[in-house]
Amino acid sequence: MQQLITTILTGLTLGMVYAAFALALVLIWRATRIVNFAQAPMAMITTYIALVLIDAGFSYWLGFAAALGSGLVLGAIVERFVIRYVDSKSEINAVILTLGLFIVIHALAALIFGSRYRSFPAPFGLRGFQVGDTTIALTGFGIFTIGSVLVVMGLLVVLFRGTDVGLKMRASAFNQEVARLLGVKVGRMLTLGWALAAVVGSLSGLLIAGGGLVHPSYMDGVVVYGFVAAVLGGLDSPVGAVAGGMILGLSLSLVSGYVGSELVPLASLGILMAVLLVRPGGMFASVRARRV
Amino acid sequence: MLTVTDLSAGYGPVTALDGVSFEAPEGEITAVLGANGAGKTTLLRTISGLVRPTRGTATLAGRDLTKVPTEHMTRIGLGHVPEGRGVITELTVEENLRLGGLGSGSRVRVGDLGRAYSLFPILAERRRSSAHVLSGGERQMLVIARALLAKPRVLLLDEPSLGLAPRIVVQIFELLRTLVRADGLTVVLVEQNARSALSIADRGVVLNLGRLVVADDASALAKDEQLRHAYLGF
Repeated sequence: MQQLITTILTGLTLGMVYAAFALALVLIWRATRIVNFAQAPMAMITTYIALVLIDAGFSYWLGFAAALGSGLVLGAIVERFVIRYVDSKSEINAVILTLGLFIVIHALAALIFGSRYRSFPAPFGLRGFQVGDTTIALTGFGIFTIGSVLVVMGLLVVLFRGTDVGLKMRASAFNQEVARLLGVKVGRMLTLGWALAAVVGSLSGLLIAGGGLVHPSYMDGVVVYGFVAAVLGGLDSPVGAVAGGMILGLSLSLVSGYVGSELVPLASLGILMAVLLVRPGGMFASVRARRV
Repeated sequence: MLTVTDLSAGYGPVTALDGVSFEAPEGEITAVLGANGAGKTTLLRTISGLVRPTRGTATLAGRDLTKVPTEHMTRIGLGHVPEGRGVITELTVEENLRLGGLGSGSRVRVGDLGRAYSLFPILAERRRSSAHVLSGGERQMLVIARALLAKPRVLLLDEPSLGLAPRIVVQIFELLRTLVRADGLTVVLVEQNARSALSIADRGVVLNLGRLVVADDASALAKDEQLRHAYLGF
């Protein structure tokens, strides 16, 4: 029983971490119809910026804010000066470009920050809470992770469904030309989408780093699961990303705990296949096929 | 109101529009007619800035449109309903309409949507539906209503009758005529269905292979049998 609870709690917390990354992917997809393969290294760089500040003696929260802020700037710069030039021709060009950015940013990070492993602090503590005389596998940091991801998800839902800006962003992604004719400043919407996605990506980078070790490839393990979580939920839906992340985290944790950790990658692909066979658009996809 | 002077444009080596000049007077419907490939759609796209002209100008109340980026067109009073209607099928009917009011820089007041719904009751019925369930005629009404929410002074319409049953075409054209009379809207109506277009238009402009053939009162064009047979198909 104890093991089951531990497995579930670990799975939920881990799942939220995947969900954070998935949210960034969903945001870029919703705002620009592009899958951003460079999301992880972009987040990694901003986490390094936070680390530099924290190692220099500043508080964790200052580093946190710096990471989110530099994410905002980085996302806007990448869209405005890199993606913008290929986007109008075809979306696949932009996606390939993000693959190229993935490689370039990785290399840059190793050059600037070095490849050695550095530890990253976790706010609110890494000790499990005491319930009676057992320690449950839920830490202060874990609660912070779950809470912050849910808050971000809520904000994104409100942004897209309830605000004029969200409507303009969606329109720019669905049909650029019509949006332009209606007076939407499409360029600005695309930059905004990338900037916001990068902020969410930075958050996920900080959550993954917390209590662990940071090095240029530290996020790569999560990236695949983050993508799977995003696709599971239907690339279109913030709620789906979180649901996908939780389901994935739980399932993988159960597999790891009861079957064997070597089977985890296989299990994740198995889950992906199973869901897509039944719901090709993902669980929460609002658009199943492109209708005209 | 809208003056086109020696406007030329093309796609690479192909010249689609060659030195076209005409005037669309204020408060009137000007039909732009001609066969497939005559340059009608290119004309509208060049006016609204989607295509860059190689020569010539288009002015709206004296303001040079060729210097204005497409995103600013609604702000200066130009609306363009493109070929194919441009319904954003992933959004709901109401979201499409709201979008129409957002681009011109002012907030959409509930009253504005209310007017759209009273003009087009079928849209009110379907306001929460995804736009892709609308029929062709309903979609045409949606995009016209959407364009009107920006309160344009000039409305460019590209083949609104395309793919619609004759009965619906009559309905929509009647609606257009009412809007023009009521709001003093200036309409430039591109149509292959020359007969219907001329029945509601005040002026007519005929294009062939990118060039202007004739610009005259609609009634004069409708009476000219030779012209009709040669360029307009009836």
